[in-house]
Parts: sequence; C-alpha cells; structure tokens
Amino acid sequence: MSKYSEILFRPVFKENPIALQMLGICSALAVTSKLYPTLIMCVALTVTVSLSNFFISMIRNITPSNIRIIVQMTIISSLVILVDQALKAYDYETSKTLSVFVGLIITNCIVMGRAEAFAMQNPPAVSFLDGFGNGLGYSVILIILGTIRELFGTGTILEYEIFPLVQNGGWYVPNNFFLLPPVSFILIGLIIWALRAWQKDQIEEPEFKMSQNSPEIIPNPPPTPSSKAAS
Amino acid sequence: MIENYLNIFINAIFIENLALSVFLGMCTFIAISKKIEAAIGLGIAVIVVLAITVPINNLIYNYILRDGALAWAGLSDVDLSFVGLISYIGVIAACVQILEMFLDKYVPVLYNALGIFLPLITVNCAILGASLFMVEKDLYFGESVAYGLGAGVGWALAITILAGIREKLKYSDMPEGLQGLGSTFIIVGLMSFGFMSFGGIIL
Repeated sequence: MSKYSEILFRPVFKENPIALQMLGICSALAVTSKLYPTLIMCVALTVTVSLSNFFISMIRNITPSNIRIIVQMTIISSLVILVDQALKAYDYETSKTLSVFVGLIITNCIVMGRAEAFAMQNPPAVSFLDGFGNGLGYSVILIILGTIRELFGTGTILEYEIFPLVQNGGWYVPNNFFLLPPVSFILIGLIIWALRAWQKDQIEEPEFKMSQNSPEIIPNPPPTPSSKAAS
Repeated sequence: MIENYLNIFINAIFIENLALSVFLGMCTFIAISKKIEAAIGLGIAVIVVLAITVPINNLIYNYILRDGALAWAGLSDVDLSFVGLISYIGVIAACVQILEMFLDKYVPVLYNALGIFLPLITVNCAILGASLFMVEKDLYFGESVAYGLGAGVGWALAITILAGIREKLKYSDMPEGLQGLGSTFIIVGLMSFGFMSFGGIIL
C-alpha cells in the first residue's frame, strides 16, 4: 500500500512537476489570475494526464518504439479534444477565459513527460496513479498561485469577498499588480525558494562557487597615519 | 496592404511576444537558456518551424476544418473545427519530421547546427499556441505568414536575451534556494514586465 501512496504523493512535494522538473509551466502562468478558472484548468490537466498515462501504458507492449511519439500524441490529443468539448458544453464562460490553454494541454510537457518516463515502463493501474499524482503536484502550485493572486488582486476568493473592499465600504484597496501575468513568475520563483528551504536536497549546485574572504589573506588593516596622529 | 503585414509582424514580436506576454514554450524557454549559443540555435529552429507550420495550419483551417469550409467539395454544412487540435499537432509533427529529413539531406550545415533542437520543437507549446492564436484571430493566409514569422522572431529574441542574462548571472552570489530555477523564474518575470511597456503601442 505504501508503494502506491509513494507513487501518488511523491510528485506533490518531492518531485513537483513545476518546481523541480520544469514541466508544464506555460499554463501555470497564464490562467491563474482568478481561482475558479485555475481549478478548472487543474481538473482538466489531472484528468488528461491520468487517462493518457493509463491508455499509453495499456498499449505500451504493442507500440513500436520508433513511432511511439506519434501514438502518444494521438492519444493525448484525443483526450484533450474530449476535455475541451466537455468544457465548452458545460461551462462555456470558463472555456472562453481559458482560451487556447485547454488545447495547449496537448503540448504540456507534464503529459508527454510522464507518458515517456513512466507509462511506457509500468502497468496501467500504477501509471494512472502516477499521472494523478503529477496532476496533483501541478494543481497544488496552481492553486497556491491562483489563491494569492485573486486574494491580493481583487480581495476575493472564488468571488467571495475575504477582504472588505474600499468601494463596498471596507478597507482593502485591490492591488491590481497581482493581476498582471508576470507576477506569477515571481511568485513561482518565491514558491520554489520556499520549497527548497524545506526540501534541502532540491537545491541546485551553483556553477561557480564564490571564494570566501579568509582572514589569513586580509589581515587587520594597518593603522592609518591620521589615527596614529590622533592617538 | 504592406502596412497591415508589417503591423502584424511587429505586433507579434513585441506586443504579443509569445514567450513574455502569453507565456508559451516556457518549458524549453527555461530549460535551454543556460548557454547563449544553444539559445540562438533553438531560436532559429523555432522561427523556421513557426514560419512553415502557421501558414500550413491556416490553409487547413480555412479550406478543410472551419464551418462551411468544405463548400468546394459540395459539403457546405459540415463543421470539422472540433478535430482542429489533432490536425494542427499532426501537421506540426509531420513538418518537423520532414524538415529534419530535408535539412539532413540538402543543408547539412544547418542540420548540424539545429540538430538536437528540432525534435524538441514538436512538444513546444509556442508552436501549437501560435497556430491556435492564428485561428482565434481569424487571419488570412498572407497575414498568417507575417504572424508566424513575427511570433518566431519574438520568441527567439526573448530566449536569447534570457540566455545572455543567465550567463552573466551564474557568477553572482545568490541565496541557496534561489540558485538556478528560482532566480530564472524571477528574471523572466522582470523581463516580462519590461515587455509589458510595449503594450500601449498602437501601430
């Protein structure tokens, strides 16, 4: 049992697809200015990556290795078309907000990356869990981003007012800065910093080490003539 | 007429920069920007592939997929736009493959320079994203050529700038947790703020 929970939860903090594996960053930035579309995006991605892992793993033994990319692409794009059509049918407004980003799940590297790295070597059930775990890892980062940006950008969470706004007689002036897309880059940078302060083994080795100023090389500065004269 | 094309071209490079304004192709953008030579190689490959695939996808969309586009075949009430995604990605994968074979046979110099980057491009969201934006903007064929070229140049410009900054930055003394990925994200954020200043320009 612990093996399964390991597969499921390892990608959430230990090997987070966004913060460590550098996968699937594009959509993390563009869709997170409000929490609701963010949640929809997380569901869409998690469904796609779990199912694509499942199906790719089912046919892994009969897929010729030299055309596997095309096969994977076909499966993934069919799943994404399903998700896209379902979203258009049941929540047209949100699908307009997400615009091209649902379609871009096809080229989201998490889906391809997990298919290549995990589903091609493992049985379907385990692959499904791995996909679900990676979807969760992606969702955690996106939900953190979406919450911070919506809370500080508009003072609300899921349209529900948390900070009473000035125009409604409260005290909070919405900080529109947080609604600008580049902010999500800076927030992800800070999240990575926080995550690595906790999980020390994720820290990357610097390419160049700074040499320390050692006390032997720089002795105490000799007294200056002026200070001598003063004494 | 030429003004319109120039307008779309400049707009795609600076105002709607694929990497820094709509955040596409971020995975490769961050992974391959450690060395400036590699960044330029990838940038050129992206320009070439975008300039080819966006116009081709435009033709496919306008003459096969869009609502009523099959009128020339006598099927005026067929709407195939829901298979758009799979067709565009198919076109992109095929183009990249053909381009790779073509370069290998006829332009080996360029093939050696681009070599490892070409296969990577199929899964670069900037390529598919540009095709999807082309559909969303409803461009004509000529406009789509200008858009594809401009989008590629914009992406290449952005990755070259980032690689330049990162090459300098590796000599700096940073907090441990910010080393590498963390600092890169923050730099891209600041660069993106810079590019936002182009936003108000009306051509």
